[in-house]
Amino acid sequence: MSAAAEAHGHGHGGEHPPPIHYSSRVSPAILGMFLFIASEVMLFGSFFTVYFFDRVVANPSEWPPPPFELPIFVAFVNTCILVTSSFTMHWATTAIKRGNRAGLQAGLVLTFMMGLTFLLTQAIEYHRLGFNTGDGAFASTFFGLTGLHGGHVFVGLSILFVMVIRSFRGHFTPDHHHGIEIAGIYWHFVDIMWIIVYVTVYLL
Amino acid sequence: MRNPFRSEAEAYRLVWLTIGYFVLIVAGSLINVWLGFIVFVVETAVVLWLVFSRRSDEPPPPQVESARTREDERRILVVANETVGGRELLECIERKSAGVAEKVLVVCPALNSPLRHWVSDEDGARAAAQVRLDSSVASMRAMGIEATGQIGDGDPLQAIEDAVRTFSPDEVVVSTHPEGRSHWLERGVVERARERFHVPLTHVVVDLEAGDRSSSS
Repeated sequence: MSAAAEAHGHGHGGEHPPPIHYSSRVSPAILGMFLFIASEVMLFGSFFTVYFFDRVVANPSEWPPPPFELPIFVAFVNTCILVTSSFTMHWATTAIKRGNRAGLQAGLVLTFMMGLTFLLTQAIEYHRLGFNTGDGAFASTFFGLTGLHGGHVFVGLSILFVMVIRSFRGHFTPDHHHGIEIAGIYWHFVDIMWIIVYVTVYLL
Repeated sequence: MRNPFRSEAEAYRLVWLTIGYFVLIVAGSLINVWLGFIVFVVETAVVLWLVFSRRSDEPPPPQVESARTREDERRILVVANETVGGRELLECIERKSAGVAEKVLVVCPALNSPLRHWVSDEDGARAAAQVRLDSSVASMRAMGIEATGQIGDGDPLQAIEDAVRTFSPDEVVVSTHPEGRSHWLERGVVERARERFHVPLTHVVVDLEAGDRSSSS
């Protein structure tokens, strides 16, 4: 053992953690992303379980049960906005990979603006719905599912906000844009979850 | 199974796949509720089949051409776990090393339970594999074979793939217990390795119980 290594070992009383070992099968980054997705799937899955339980147990002739009505068209427009924001997010990532900093900034700003529009539209929709969380099981599950997703959009917007600032400060290069990549993955995940929520709650 | 959120580009592709998936279900439901349900079942079955059958379609890993020190150098990759110190295996390596400048890399997969693997509790499995590996490498060196060792992934195919990438072997030797006692043979590891890696592969059967009986008698 070298003198430096020996000193290091003695300095911590020999209680430092063992060396990290992992194979190419499951790298820490991918394992972390898997665990994140698994936890999110379980979280949304629990809300969907409640929603479908309510729907099956109540078993009304029409859904949503009268007198509730959902603004399907407004939600469709909101869905289009969110899907488009995924496109601009991908544009931003592609732009920085090619060294196009203006494209990155424009893509991130557009994504942020569309995400904000989605969230504000949802807030206005909540205000105009005419029912609230305490108005029965349907209302509770509706607000629970869409609200849970809205919370995720808010987190995504917070991440995007930081990324926008960092992009204007020149923190990202074609070789170093890990933050953009991670933000993009999260944003697309939020988008996918909304598509599932929209189809199951509003359309089916 | 491949992680669909491995990169932003793959996540973006998943957005469009999700849209396509649900558009078909909604379209079916608008015609008839049961048609929508059938579309859902069929689509889900196709997706699951694609997800779980994808690994077998993966191309063999690219080999890294590492510099060879001698013209007659022969690189032998040995993959074995409990049988790593077996007499039959050592004899096989000795035969293959005769007359060439051999370079043997012994890889001992750290076999672990799935639960322990996913919570990254691999220290015990690696320690056990290291003990067997050290013993085997020492035996080979005592026979005059230039051998090194490393702990590999718990999945023997992955362990071979990792070693093939970095070691560029001329041939692979896989050692197992006899048929009926070998989990690797039960899982078809040898056949799958032959299909996947374009390197000559020798299968050595080591009967440790027979060895124990003969040593005790």
